[in-house]
Amino acid sequence: MARSETDLATQGYTFSELMVAAAAREIADGELVFVGMRLPMLAFLVARRTHAPGAVGLFENGVLRENPATELLYTMGDPPNLRGATQCGSMLDVMGLLQQGRVDVGFLGAAEVDRFGNLNTTWGHRNKEMQRLPGSGGAGDIACLARRTVVLLAHDRARLCDRVGHITSPGFGTGEGWRRAQGLPAASGPSAIITTLCVLRFGHDGEAHVASVHPGVSVEEVLANTGWTLRVADELIETSPPSHEELRVMRELDPNHFWTR
Amino acid sequence: MTAESKLLTLRDAISRHVPSGSMVLLGAQLEQMIPFAAGHEMIRQSRRDLTLVGPISDILFDQMIGAGCVSRVMAAWVGNVSAGVGYCFRRAVERSIPRRLEVVDYSNFTMALALHAGALGVPFLPTYATLGSDLLKKNGNLREFSSPVSEEKMVAVRALRPDVAILHVQRSDAQGNAHIWGSLGVAADGARAARKIIVVAEEIVEPSVIASDPNRTLVPGFLVAAVVHEPGGAHPSPVQGYYGRDHAFFAEYHEQTRRLEDFEDWLARWVVQATDRGDYWKQLGPGRVENLAVKEHALSAPADFGY
Repeated sequence: MARSETDLATQGYTFSELMVAAAAREIADGELVFVGMRLPMLAFLVARRTHAPGAVGLFENGVLRENPATELLYTMGDPPNLRGATQCGSMLDVMGLLQQGRVDVGFLGAAEVDRFGNLNTTWGHRNKEMQRLPGSGGAGDIACLARRTVVLLAHDRARLCDRVGHITSPGFGTGEGWRRAQGLPAASGPSAIITTLCVLRFGHDGEAHVASVHPGVSVEEVLANTGWTLRVADELIETSPPSHEELRVMRELDPNHFWTR
Repeated sequence: MTAESKLLTLRDAISRHVPSGSMVLLGAQLEQMIPFAAGHEMIRQSRRDLTLVGPISDILFDQMIGAGCVSRVMAAWVGNVSAGVGYCFRRAVERSIPRRLEVVDYSNFTMALALHAGALGVPFLPTYATLGSDLLKKNGNLREFSSPVSEEKMVAVRALRPDVAILHVQRSDAQGNAHIWGSLGVAADGARAARKIIVVAEEIVEPSVIASDPNRTLVPGFLVAAVVHEPGGAHPSPVQGYYGRDHAFFAEYHEQTRRLEDFEDWLARWVVQATDRGDYWKQLGPGRVENLAVKEHALSAPADFGY
């Protein structure tokens, strides 16, 4: 985003860095985390080095890490993510932990997310033409089975839509009671959507609302860039900016802002 | 009795064991150890109507789809892991170029369970994964049922038995007893689910090396049809302890395959004209190969099997 460069100059951090810090705060100490790549990977690292030194990371290729790799990774299978791991098991080893309900939080990206937190990474569209996207990977599994899921994506009216065209990874479906009716675990489902403008959370009825807006962003900007009439929390707050310590850890791993432009 | 060597050239292994129409498991170790050299040999030998099976396989699936080898793909994710979408996959699904492609969408977990069911010799395994998703609605190998012991909704994942699994490994003996370490993914399940296995190894070692560390043997040789010695055969994917991931290659592939004619040039240069892996390495250039080499070895502590 073009605005990121100005943000860096005026605020001292980019919106991606703010998203990473917000994501890191979704991890509590001692939790088991399905990490994923890019921004969530950085968030896990920041959490481990700041408020959650006892968090443990899991990856779909079977890797379990207590100490995050300290090199920039492009994929979870990059050799630095295997060296120094606590365990290199099989995919079923980590998916079994997930299905048992032992994974506290999983991070997901998405092409589209809707008002009930359902994700689509299978079919996109541009100018009414359907575009085939890569598919679920492990995202659908994490969305079904992790105790909480946190979604990160750029805030765009086309990507935050009223209803996704294809449910790759279920959120709250059509609202309250839907997940239980499908047979999904009672303690599971979306917890937050962290965008480039705000943080959304979910009410008891399964619908998303704006819980906090990022510094310098107006509620009007959020609403204008969302594809449905978005609810706003009664006590709307400002998302806390990243601390010096959080920024220091992020930049140690990503000094050239490769992931956090 | 001395066991007969199963060593073959890659050309002979593909020629004998992977006929057109086969269901082929590739990319069992996810982003590591993807058998690119074997995939390229299938393209050169003009295989058609293959069903590709695997969790992700990065850009190898995209290349084989673009080359017209594939009529069906059963996978959790098809694209370019570090760069985004796979353009050949998109052209095939959206416009049937170069031919129509059937896609059977799985999640990683349901793909692993399908192979595990195959490995266990049972028709299905149950899970809660994909409940509520459109994958469950559209993939006929995922069926909702009521658990007979707990009376709750579950998904039955139908077993998959690929005709052949191609596994890239760090080291193998001549009978196919193979060590894999690092990223295991679904390698052990895939090996046992498949009707036969082709092992592609960085190194061929004596059986005593394999037997010195039997916990690391993910592939027992009696399941293996052919062993191929092909160092570097997983490039541009990494092999732990042997070479790193060639990130630039994935980015270049993304740029160089956006248009159909550019993909055809890419395929001619890297696959069709590179008739063996030696040509391929020459094109890559010595600087790049050196750059991917292990900079700092990290040997595990030996495990004492003595008594």
